[in-house]
Amino acid sequence: MLLPPSRSRVLATVASAGAALLLVSCSSTTAGSRPSASDEPVTGGSLTFAISVDSQCIDPQQVSNNDAIAIARQTVASLTTQDPDTGEILPWLAESFDVNDDATRFTFTLRDGATYADGAPIDAASVRTNFEAITALGAKAPLGSSYLADLASIDVVDERTVTIAFSRPSAQFLQATSTFSLGLLSPATASVGQAQRCGGEFAGSGPFSVESYTPNEGATLVRRDGYDWGPSTNAHTGEAYLDSIEFVVVPEAGNRTGSLQSGQIDATTGISATDAVLFEGDGFWSESRANPGVVYNLYANQSTPKLADPDVRLAIQKGIDREEITATLLGPADKPAVSPLASSTPYFTDLGDVLEYDPDAAAALLDEAGWAVGSDGIREKDGERLSFSVTYWQSPKEVLELVQQQLREIGVDLQLTHASIADSQAASADGTYDFVYGNLTRSDPDVLRTVFTADNPTGNTRRTTRTAVDDLLDEQSATTDAATRQRIVDEAARALVTEGITIPIYELSTTITASARVRGLAFEASSRLDFADAWIAE
Amino acid sequence: MSAGLRYAGRRIGQGLIVLWAAYTISFLVLYLLPGDAAALFAGGADQEAVDPELVARLRAELGLDRPLWEQYVTALGRALTGDFGTSTQTGRPAVALLAEALPSTLVLTGFAFVLSVIGGVGLAIAASLTRRSWLRNSLLSLPPIGVSVPVFWIGLLLLQAFSFQLRLFPAMGDGGFDSLVLPAVTIAIPSGAFVAQLLSRSLRSTLAQPYIEVVRAKGASEARVQLAHALRNATIPTLAMVGVLVGGLLSGAVVTETVFSRLGIGRLVVTAVNNRDVPVVQIVVVFAAVVFVVANLLVDLVSPLIDRRITLARTAFAAA
Repeated sequence: MLLPPSRSRVLATVASAGAALLLVSCSSTTAGSRPSASDEPVTGGSLTFAISVDSQCIDPQQVSNNDAIAIARQTVASLTTQDPDTGEILPWLAESFDVNDDATRFTFTLRDGATYADGAPIDAASVRTNFEAITALGAKAPLGSSYLADLASIDVVDERTVTIAFSRPSAQFLQATSTFSLGLLSPATASVGQAQRCGGEFAGSGPFSVESYTPNEGATLVRRDGYDWGPSTNAHTGEAYLDSIEFVVVPEAGNRTGSLQSGQIDATTGISATDAVLFEGDGFWSESRANPGVVYNLYANQSTPKLADPDVRLAIQKGIDREEITATLLGPADKPAVSPLASSTPYFTDLGDVLEYDPDAAAALLDEAGWAVGSDGIREKDGERLSFSVTYWQSPKEVLELVQQQLREIGVDLQLTHASIADSQAASADGTYDFVYGNLTRSDPDVLRTVFTADNPTGNTRRTTRTAVDDLLDEQSATTDAATRQRIVDEAARALVTEGITIPIYELSTTITASARVRGLAFEASSRLDFADAWIAE
Repeated sequence: MSAGLRYAGRRIGQGLIVLWAAYTISFLVLYLLPGDAAALFAGGADQEAVDPELVARLRAELGLDRPLWEQYVTALGRALTGDFGTSTQTGRPAVALLAEALPSTLVLTGFAFVLSVIGGVGLAIAASLTRRSWLRNSLLSLPPIGVSVPVFWIGLLLLQAFSFQLRLFPAMGDGGFDSLVLPAVTIAIPSGAFVAQLLSRSLRSTLAQPYIEVVRAKGASEARVQLAHALRNATIPTLAMVGVLVGGLLSGAVVTETVFSRLGIGRLVVTAVNNRDVPVVQIVVVFAAVVFVVANLLVDLVSPLIDRRITLARTAFAAA
């Protein structure tokens, strides 16, 4: 576990309050044994890391795909960093920061002497150039521009001080400054074309720079000489140990497994749960971390007559045995959901008591709602069957197949519609679904507002008009006091489950599987990979 | 000769119709599939929440908000001048993406073609020449197996044996000859089996013909009978199927490039279909159609050189 050093220079109320949060530590060593951290890191060498898909873009300000993020994250430093254990926001490029009481004004004081890879200084004006460029990219920078929604002004106070103001409270913004999406690129990059930037033509601020990138083939990152502004959340703050990282795109799961076993790659996150046992011996280690944010859940379309009834939604929620799903189908790191938020998310509270498996209560709710068991075991009312469809693209499909079996026992028929990502999105966009299935990674509870709010166009998954829960979701985004925000987030999360707005299933986790010669490869707070401390032992 | 020209003209006309149909059908199919490039771009693979406003802006930028017929006519008009538009996913010209991916696929399919011809012809002749019936039967049982096993399965099997266990060849990438062997063999197995199947069937029927008896009666050795006399005639029906063979090689490349993480038009088209990247899919489809048409055209032009009877028959037909 990494211990953040002195944080006396941090002025932020939000940040210091974050220390009060109690987070369940979700790191777990699941196989092999992670090599001892006491070994002395060695400089040099190249690490080969396999990713499964290539999204044709590695610009940190544009990417939103996990595999592309693994590459992009290493090329940029951010204004702040987030402690993976406490959720606390700490300095990185900003040596201090201050947030006003209603979370509308954020002032950052930059550290001295940090530079972009092309030699330009990391100063206040360059922060403004970055954020303006992200806003200009708009939809092509989906994450960054959503974090900067309601941006009112960016004031360069002096060379090292910049103030960012919002027209509405935006408590999530401080955490957003710790993400790769708001990672800083050289001002010269702002005038590079969007497609060229995707292709790797950018000068970053992080421990590695892009040497080459070929879509569908992979990318080579090389160590940035002179980098000495690593955050306190890393084990060391100087230059990276590795000479280079080779990211290779290996779409075939069997190929990834065999290549890791035979030493053709050093590490990957793409080993299937069934193949994980092959790496439980000598010579390999694996480590998992729950992805913070909204867990895998069924989003109910409440504009359909059957799902408008909260009793029906709650019956389905109680009719799912989450323990059985994770115990029989998933890896040891994938936990049953005990809240709409994953346990690695700041402000998470365990609501496992509300989400207990209770088929009897589920059946009673459906009886009461007038759904009687029909001749084939599926409930009916007024000649209509209690049948739903769920549109999904995610694997493993066995999770939903087991949910289907479990729901059949309480008389609910769930039809599984496997679709491409594009088709799933189309269904979500035009509302032609009973349930969609999904999750969203974000290390701030404001993610609840992103996916559940009724009036935000980015995610009316409920398809209802505003209710009381929307007030709670808005309120937490305007609250900087940690204790108050904790209370409101808890209230909102509880309302989301007790009203059956979400049907949480399990917490997704990311698993690194690596050769024993790989050391120091770690997760940052959003369960993205961090290669800053990685080194190769021979 | 004018009959010959008219014949060539008609074949080229037919080829152009095939190209137009390939272009149009791929356009329609991509637009009929739900989900579009704008939504995918705005959402990315990990987000289910897509901002409709942002998507609408992107749709306008990409021209996806115009009526379908207008998009089609504009795109077709530009395609006729060689401009296949810009990839919606990468923002780069579709032609450039094809040009970058092509060499890798050409090397792979070219090598696989050579391997499948050598292997297929060799197997057919070996089976035909052997006098031991058990050996001939076992040789002849190989092609039906070869054409029926899935390409990705062959690829994984070869990977397991020659890359992961024996460590003779790399499992991924485009790093020179070493990385070419396994993927090329993967594609060559079904294609070679196809060649062997056609040629041995054709050899058998040629050998049953009366003139072979005449050759044998003249005292020619069995090898001479088969290689010098039967093979030449048996080649023609096989040659006519080169178009199908090329199609098999290209579709094999789609799967193989993915299994072996190689660059190429196969990987390009898979990614493009997933991203609903219409311009890129279309240029690959049109390219594949061109290859198919040209291969068939060449076969039709070369066959008469091998067997004069084909020219005569077709000329007579064309003149009628």
